Amino acid sequence: MGFEQIVFYVFSATLLFAGTMVITVRNPVHAAMFLVLAFFSSSALWLLLEAEFLAIVLVLVYVGAVMVLFLFVVMMLDINLIPLREGFMRYLPVGVMIALVVIAMMAYVVGSEFSGHSIPARHGADYNNIAELGRILYTDYVYPFELAAVILLVAIIAAISLTLRRRPMVKHQDPDAQVKVKKEDRLRVVKMDAEKNN
Amino acid sequence: MDFAIPNYQVAIPEMFILAMACIILLVDLFLTERTRSVTYLLSQSALLGAAVLTLTTFSEGSQLAFSDTFVRDAKGDVLKAFIYLSTFMVFLYARSYLQVRNLFKGEFYVLGLFAVLGMMVMVSAHNLLTVYLGLELLSLALYAMVALQRDSIFASEAAMKYFILGALASGMLLYGMSMLYGASGSLDLSEISRQITTNQMSLVTVFALVFIVVGVAFKLGAVPFHMWVPDVYQGAPTAVTLFIASAPKIAAFAMMIRLLVDGLSGLQSHWQDMLIILSVLSLAVGNLFAIAQTNIKRMLAYSTISHMGFLMLGVLTGSSEGYAAAMFYTISYTLMSLAAFGMVVLLSRTGFEAERIDDFKGLNERSPWFALVMMFVMFSMAGVPVFLGFWAKLFVLKELVHAGMTWLAIVAVIFSVIGVFYYLRIIKLMYFDKAEDKSPIEKNLDLHFALSLNGVGILAMGILPGSLMALCISVFV
Repeated sequence: MGFEQIVFYVFSATLLFAGTMVITVRNPVHAAMFLVLAFFSSSALWLLLEAEFLAIVLVLVYVGAVMVLFLFVVMMLDINLIPLREGFMRYLPVGVMIALVVIAMMAYVVGSEFSGHSIPARHGADYNNIAELGRILYTDYVYPFELAAVILLVAIIAAISLTLRRRPMVKHQDPDAQVKVKKEDRLRVVKMDAEKNN
Repeated sequence: MDFAIPNYQVAIPEMFILAMACIILLVDLFLTERTRSVTYLLSQSALLGAAVLTLTTFSEGSQLAFSDTFVRDAKGDVLKAFIYLSTFMVFLYARSYLQVRNLFKGEFYVLGLFAVLGMMVMVSAHNLLTVYLGLELLSLALYAMVALQRDSIFASEAAMKYFILGALASGMLLYGMSMLYGASGSLDLSEISRQITTNQMSLVTVFALVFIVVGVAFKLGAVPFHMWVPDVYQGAPTAVTLFIASAPKIAAFAMMIRLLVDGLSGLQSHWQDMLIILSVLSLAVGNLFAIAQTNIKRMLAYSTISHMGFLMLGVLTGSSEGYAAAMFYTISYTLMSLAAFGMVVLLSRTGFEAERIDDFKGLNERSPWFALVMMFVMFSMAGVPVFLGFWAKLFVLKELVHAGMTWLAIVAVIFSVIGVFYYLRIIKLMYFDKAEDKSPIEKNLDLHFALSLNGVGILAMGILPGSLMALCISVFV
C-alpha cells in the first residue's frame, strides 16, 4: 500500500466519521464543527486528485465563510432541537427510499461514464489547474465573467437600497464622539465643605 | 500562452453604459436632495451617449467578439436604439411622479441603467451563457425597482410575486439550456444550430426546447405563464410599471429571436406548434379578461398579454418577413404602452393615483388636448386604421396568411375585435361622461411636451409607416 493510498484512507475515514457525527450529535454547534471537519477532509481528497482549485475554494468558501455564518445563526437562534428529532422512525422509510434512488442514479452515471473510458492521464508536477482555470476565465469567458460581476454589483445595490433606512429615533453608539470625550464632559467636580462631625 | 485581445470596439455601447452607471452610483452619494436632478441628467446623457455610440459604429453584417459570446448585428443595433429611446422616455415621464412620492433617488436611475445593460446583453447574446446572464441582470434590477417603494404593501407584494415567479422562470430556462448543452456539447448558439441541423436531433433537444419556450413565455407574459403580469403592473409604482411594460418587452423579443431563430431554427416545426397554443391562449385570455377590469393598470396588463400573443404570431410564421413583422409589432407596442402608462402618470398627483378607469371620466373637459392624445393611443392599441397599431397588426396578419395559417389570422382578428371594446370604453368615458374630479392637470412642461410628442408620433408613424417597416425588413433579410 503506497503512501497515497494511506492518505486517501485516512481522510476518507475521517470524512465518513465526520459525516456520521453531523447527523447524530445532539448539540447543533458540535454538528456544525463536524461539518467543518467533513469539508476539510474532502478538500484533502480533492488535493489528492490534483484539483487544487476545488480544494482551496472548499476551505475558503465553505469553511471560511458559509460555516462561520451557519455557526452564527445556530448560536443566535438557540433552536430547541428535541422536537426536530421526533418521528425518526416515521420518516425512515421515505429517507431510505430517497437514499436508494440516489445510489441507483449514481451507479447508473458512474457505471455508464467509466465503462468505455479510461482514467484521464495525469499531468506533470508543473501543471497548475488554478492557472488553467484563470486563463480560461479571463480570456475565453471574460465577457460572461464580467457580467456575473455586474450582477453581483446590482445585487449589492438592490440589497442596500431596500434595507438601508435612517431611523432618527433609534439609539446608537457614536464611536467618534466616544473617543473624543474628555474628562470634563463626563465628570463634574463639586466642591463641598466637609461635613462637621460633632 | 496564446491570447488575442478581444475586439472591444463592438461592445463600446455596453461598456459606456456600465461605466456611466458606476459613475452615477458614486456621484449620487455626494448629492443632496436638492441637487438630485444631476443624477437624472447624467442618466439621460448616458442613454443619449450610448445611442450616439451605437449609431456611429453601426455597420451592416454581423461581428462576433469575446470568443463568440457576443454578436453585433444590424437587428441588435436597431433594437438597442429603441431600448435607449424608451428608457429615455420612461425616465422623462417618471421624474415628477418620483419626486412627489419621495422615490426620486439615485437607485432608481442606477438600477434602470443596469437593466438597460442587461437588455443590451440579451439583445447581443450569441451564447446560452450570455442570454442567461443578461436576463438575470435585467430581472434583478427590475425586482429591486418594483420593491423600491418599501412602505407600500402592494409594491412589496408585487415584488415578491415577481421575484418568485421570475426565479422559477429563470430556473426553467436554465434547465432547458443545460439539457441543450448536454445534447449538443456547446453553449454557442450557431454551434448548437449546426449540431441540430446536421445530426439527427434527439428527444432531449425537443425536451430542452419545451423548457426554453416556457422560460421565454414567462418573461413575455404569455398565457398560461401570465399570472404575474396583472399583479406586478398594478402593485408596482406607476413609474416602474411604465418601465417594465416598455423596454424589457423589446429585450424579451430579442431573446426569443436569439434562442429560437438563431439557435434552434432546426426545431422550427416543434416550436411553431407551441407558440400557436401560447399565442391563441394569450389573445383569448388577454382580451376577455381586460374587459372585466376596473383598474387601468390591470386593464393595460391584460392588454399587454394579448399584444404579446400577437407578437408571437409574427414569430411563429418562421419566415424572415414574419420576424420583421414581429419586430415592428414589438416596437410599436412599446411606443403605445409608453404613452398609455405616461397618461396614468400624468393624471396622478400628490397623494392621488389615477389608477381607476373612472379617473379618465370627462378628461375632455379637464384637458381636451390630452384626451385627444389618449384617444390616439387607445385607437392605436385597438388597431384602428391610420394609427401605428393598425399597421403592426396588419403586417403580422399579412405574414400569417402568407405562411398559409389563415385560420390563425381569423382567430387573431376575432379577438382583436373583442378587444376593441375596452379601448373604446376609455374613449367613451373621456368624451361622453361627466368628470368626477374637476381639478386641472398639473403643469409640467417636459412631461406634457414628451407625451404630446409620443401621441402625435403614434399618429404620424401610422400615416407614414414605411420607413420603420423598411428598417425592420432590412435587418432580417
